[in-house]
Amino acid sequence: MSVTDVRSATAERIDELASGPAPRAALIGYLPVGFPSVPGSARAVRTMVDAGVDVVELGMPYTDPVMDGPVIQAAANRALANGTRVRDTLRVVEEVASAGAPVLVMTYWNLVLRYGVDAYARDLAAAGGAGLITPDLIPDEAADWIAAADEHALDRVFLVAPSSTPERLASTVAASRGFVYAASTMGVTGERATVGERAEQLVADTRAAGAARVCVGLGVSRPEQAAQVAGYADGVIVGSALVRSLLDAPDEAAGLDALAGVVHGLAEGVRSAQRIPR
Amino acid sequence: MSGTAGRDGARRRMRDVLLGGGPLATHEGPYFGDFGGRFVPEALIAALDELETEYHKALADPAFSDELERLHRTYTGRPSPLTEVPRFARHVGDGVRVFLKREDLNHTGSHKINNVLGQALLVKRMGKRRVIAETGAGQHGVATATAAALLDLECTVYMGEEDTQRQALNVARMELLGATVVPVTIGARTLKDAINEALRDWVANVDSTHYLLGTVTGPHPFPEMVRDFHKIIGEEARAQILEETGALPDAVVACVGGGSNAMGIFNAFLDDPQVRLFGFEAGGAGISSGRHSARFSGGAPGVLHGARSYLLQDEDGQTLPSHSVSAGLDYPSVGPEHAWLHDTGRAQYRPVTDDEAMEAFRLLCRTEGIIPAIESAHALAGAIQLGREAAGWAGGDRPPVVLVNLSGRGDKDVATAAAWFGILEPEPVVKADEGEQL
Repeated sequence: MSVTDVRSATAERIDELASGPAPRAALIGYLPVGFPSVPGSARAVRTMVDAGVDVVELGMPYTDPVMDGPVIQAAANRALANGTRVRDTLRVVEEVASAGAPVLVMTYWNLVLRYGVDAYARDLAAAGGAGLITPDLIPDEAADWIAAADEHALDRVFLVAPSSTPERLASTVAASRGFVYAASTMGVTGERATVGERAEQLVADTRAAGAARVCVGLGVSRPEQAAQVAGYADGVIVGSALVRSLLDAPDEAAGLDALAGVVHGLAEGVRSAQRIPR
Repeated sequence: MSGTAGRDGARRRMRDVLLGGGPLATHEGPYFGDFGGRFVPEALIAALDELETEYHKALADPAFSDELERLHRTYTGRPSPLTEVPRFARHVGDGVRVFLKREDLNHTGSHKINNVLGQALLVKRMGKRRVIAETGAGQHGVATATAAALLDLECTVYMGEEDTQRQALNVARMELLGATVVPVTIGARTLKDAINEALRDWVANVDSTHYLLGTVTGPHPFPEMVRDFHKIIGEEARAQILEETGALPDAVVACVGGGSNAMGIFNAFLDDPQVRLFGFEAGGAGISSGRHSARFSGGAPGVLHGARSYLLQDEDGQTLPSHSVSAGLDYPSVGPEHAWLHDTGRAQYRPVTDDEAMEAFRLLCRTEGIIPAIESAHALAGAIQLGREAAGWAGGDRPPVVLVNLSGRGDKDVATAAAWFGILEPEPVVKADEGEQL
């Protein structure tokens, strides 16, 4: 099966938003499974979709998350301490797949390797998942995953960074399906005062390398930042700001309220963007 | 290249090598059979490519090797001696000759300086001004701070918070040398978390900063490059033992944490099939106790810190905590080249318990007047285990010869050992649950 034969729910959602009566970028929201609890994380995902998230990025907690900053690390540690398992991710995917947004799983690679690459792809597809975002897997090391994603019709979201060479942009774009994840800055996840200034150039370069959809993450936390990024990218990825709203809350109900409030603001930001014509 | 082609190509190359297609000693990454690779964020790939290119350019530049050779001669104190230890050898086996490669006599007290000086010279060539490093008990951190002082580089060392308290003396040592020590307060607050923090720093500062990784793990080109900077151990030892005995040793023995001292001494003997290679990992309280660092006896293949290798992990692939009385062997993964040598059978890996290592530690002190690092005591205990087999090795009238890499000295371990043997009250013990990899 060739890449073009696979229907990507994520790509369809992004394209639909870009070509509707009020064209806009997608808002992609990250939350980790198992925080504050496994059922609580499913409720949080539904809350953020209801509040305006277009695509879900569901994180699998891992002991050694080298691409994550302190906020997401803290939530993942709590999830692991609560006994969250890889299988719980698939259960949550199944529970939220009907919420109205494609669900991508963000995972460090050893968890999938241990489960079995093809078995994980099969079970993720069966649960209604859209694909994987793989922060520590580059296409050069991803032969098994590329084959499994084709076999089970899943999206493969690889990352590009401001340090990526034109050759690497081209090979990463060619290996990706759904969208390409552009890291706005050289660094890890977390809230920042400004979104990396290299992000806009990276989006342009990634498109020039052949990408149909480029979404920007790392450091986007506020409505005005979302608006700025939505002006030039196909999607705006927010994680730490959402996780923090749950972390800071005294209880789950307050956390869900705070989460909905943050998402409303970001969704407003994305809708207010002055889009730069492609 | 596509991943499949790359993996198949690596397998083919390994087969060629095993069938005599090329020497093992010069095998290049990124793959060692099914192991190695680059499982890191895309943001680091450009820096790894730059490092690989600069490393290969340096190898081809006589000025680089001349400078490293000069530093080793005038600063490290190389060549390190080869010492025969007949009183210790009596405890290994009847008629067995045991030789120690004395990396404990290097400046800063272990083999670590070999790699640190090599990488620090590369940093100067790359025009970077800052180095970062991980450390557990502090040996690699001290060696890195030393090289940074010598070569005028800014130096930041990441160390688990608990280790900074337990190893306050080494923290002071690094700070005296001008380094900044950053206590890591997230995750399990152990060596692996210090590596995670160093990787996060590197992603954010890669333009100005080099990650001076302390062992033969991590993404390509680290396993190959760190091995090459340590292979001088085996090259010297091979010439020295030929000079002393007129023949190659029957066995070469080393302790294996991350595996840098072991790769360093194994490398010169990889293509001598008659030389048996043995790596001893930390068996801790015993494999069945679950409290150990024996990746080959108690782990399974997986990915951690950029490379595929053997790994202590749970059913889900989450990293499991490791344990050893020796800080330097206390790491949940191991260098990918060791994983390859294990799977191909070229080297054998066996566990040594805390008790066995400490007994060998005491024995070397009492019989030879040498206080070894507790890491190196695992290799000594391994030699004692092998003594039972060694009688059958040598042909004719020649006694069996065992070469042991004494990778470090035990000054840092005096408090641990004194408490272990009841010489001091156990209170001030430096509890070495986590450490850097030897």
